[in-house]
Amino acid sequence: MTDLDAFRSETRTWLEANCPAEMRAPIRSEADLCWGGRNWTFQSDAQESWLKVMAARGWTVPDWPEAYGGGGLTTEQAIVLKEEMQRIGARSPLTSFGISMLGPALLKFGTEEQKKQYLPQIARGEIRWCQGYSEPGAGSDLAGLQTKAEDRDDHWLVNGQKVWTSYADKADWIFCLVRTSTESKQGGISFLLFDMETPGVSTRPILLISGSSPFCETFFDDVTVPKDQVVGEVNKGWDVAKYLLGHEREMISGMGLGGGGSLGAAVAPDDPLLRAEIAAFDVDSLAFQAMSERFSAMWKAGEAHPASPSMMKYAGTELNKRRNELVMAAGGSDALEWDSERSKGGKAARDWLRSKGNSIEGGTSEIQLNIVAKHILRLPGA
Amino acid sequence: MLLTDDQKMLQETAAGFLSEEGSIARQLRHWRGTDCSDGFGHALWKQFAELGLTGICIPESQSGMGLGATEAALVLEEIGRNLTPSPFLTTAAVAARAIEGTAHAERWFPGILTGDAVLALAIDESPRHAPEQTALEAKRQGNGFLLNGRKQFVVQGDSADMIVTAARTSGAAGTSDGITLFAVPRGVAEVENVTLADSSRAARLTFDNVALDADCVVGEVDGGWVPLARALDAGRAGAAAELVGVAAGASAMTFDYLRQRKQFGKLIGEFQALQHRAAHLYGEIEIARAAALKAAHLIDSGDERAELYVSVAKAKAADVASLAVREGVQMHGGIGMTDEHDIGLFMKREAVLGEMFGDVYYHRNRVAELSGY
Repeated sequence: MTDLDAFRSETRTWLEANCPAEMRAPIRSEADLCWGGRNWTFQSDAQESWLKVMAARGWTVPDWPEAYGGGGLTTEQAIVLKEEMQRIGARSPLTSFGISMLGPALLKFGTEEQKKQYLPQIARGEIRWCQGYSEPGAGSDLAGLQTKAEDRDDHWLVNGQKVWTSYADKADWIFCLVRTSTESKQGGISFLLFDMETPGVSTRPILLISGSSPFCETFFDDVTVPKDQVVGEVNKGWDVAKYLLGHEREMISGMGLGGGGSLGAAVAPDDPLLRAEIAAFDVDSLAFQAMSERFSAMWKAGEAHPASPSMMKYAGTELNKRRNELVMAAGGSDALEWDSERSKGGKAARDWLRSKGNSIEGGTSEIQLNIVAKHILRLPGA
Repeated sequence: MLLTDDQKMLQETAAGFLSEEGSIARQLRHWRGTDCSDGFGHALWKQFAELGLTGICIPESQSGMGLGATEAALVLEEIGRNLTPSPFLTTAAVAARAIEGTAHAERWFPGILTGDAVLALAIDESPRHAPEQTALEAKRQGNGFLLNGRKQFVVQGDSADMIVTAARTSGAAGTSDGITLFAVPRGVAEVENVTLADSSRAARLTFDNVALDADCVVGEVDGGWVPLARALDAGRAGAAAELVGVAAGASAMTFDYLRQRKQFGKLIGEFQALQHRAAHLYGEIEIARAAALKAAHLIDSGDERAELYVSVAKAKAADVASLAVREGVQMHGGIGMTDEHDIGLFMKREAVLGEMFGDVYYHRNRVAELSGY
């Protein structure tokens, strides 16, 4: 038996013993996710104990170093853990922007003190983070951001406004791009961390076409931030921001997997032309799953082009939009119901409308294509 | 699903060999301008053999390389990139799989290993691929069989020393039971050698009371579907890999053109209208390659999802290669329409490979059926 086989066998036994039955049921909606944080109310004892036991082993972040609350697993072991969790249908114990976005950036750019302070809290689900990137005047042109952080010797003084801040009204802390110099566009940005309870921070949820409010406007009015809460060098936050965006795009591209199964098998289309469209979609979807597995392996092995998350994000989100269009077509007038119990509160229609944001958030499809053209294809003037 | 070091080495060897010896100028353009019945060069096939590539899927116990569909796919992608005409797909990747484990393997493997033998497959009987519809009749007669019927799109059929032929020994057309594979030697069926759009050759075969000995049967009588399905999986995965190569070759040529061609005082690659189409195409090719490699990997590991992914790979690769050659000709503008420029050769090859072993529509439908709808 190889070491990896032994690890698989131990992991299987441990998961069987420790993953509550309730946490092996498929996730029905976003309400089933565990986000953690200071103000988090667990939906059940099972959800709480699942997070606790997994965090105690460092398995909310299996491949982070143990010193920062991680599991210290190798890439191969982390894959085995994922496979074994999938095998029993175990839910992810923690959904967190701290894990998927901030953590990797801190591991790369943070000081030792910052890593020790923030990473274990993320791993245990104690602090819920939000992302302060876009502004009303800085969407696709993100580096044009204007939120200002002035150096007041012993602190930063932050003033300005962010928009599309995911769950800002529920988050404990924010990682935020601020302008610390006006001398250069990209070279005047810094990456700042601060508590959302700091005086001067306020949020206002934005109602989307889907009827939900996952995003907020976030306002900063003379917010005081300690000097040691800059990640990376002052005025070099754009490097941190881009690195983090790579991870965000990788995460969003996962939407293209749409739950994994065959769409045609799920909706059983009886119209021959719709069946043909769905079959074409299933081919693209299964091919994208293969891409996703390959990309993930290449990314971890350092064989993927640094700009390749843009390709994945573009393909995955466009696919998810197409999937939702086809679900609506197959559902006919049933899929138009907005709040009936029969329609699970208008799930099909709301998911369909929400999916339109996938190719906007985290950088639009057009921006991703620009990045591929410039950095991968090296086309002139791109 | 990363390539192993051995696989990367094989890929490099194949890339070097095919871009040099198998280049468009040395092979495809040479043979299309030459009056020959094969459409490929036997000398190059011998070179494949010297590198061990003709025996890539032949077991080590029979002096082959003992490798699988993944390694064949790596070679086929390079063949596609260089539009190299050769019997590699039909003989080394597919026919060898059809006869493996039978007496015919002992008869033909030595010739394949030395690059002397060329094998072909006769499956299609109508313009569109439908192997279950096999109707070519094989009636028992004495100690053997009497064959009557027709085959078409028998790639390199006129060059082949033996043609693995699907015939019906029982049951009705449309059922997979009752199909039997025959190893049909050269010269017994009537051959019409046809030149296809990409300058490759395919045969139309007519069997008019062709008598074959019982030992011509490959595997079991009435049980031909098993080796046929195995060969079809190998052929579909292989054609998918070659299509990825065609797409990659055509797009590389096109992206180079975008970096060189000037209009309105600018390089045309500066125009965002073209940049976005190029970037989209790049991503699609990456996805098609991942699908082709996954299909090959599942075949090699004997995974039950192989069938499904083989159809996913063939459909996706043909779809993407078609996009690559259409964008290729369009972005080249007028020069792309000329016979002198190579980009049009990619378009022609894509059309033939796209049809081989079932087109996009065939495989989308198969994905739907295998998924239960």
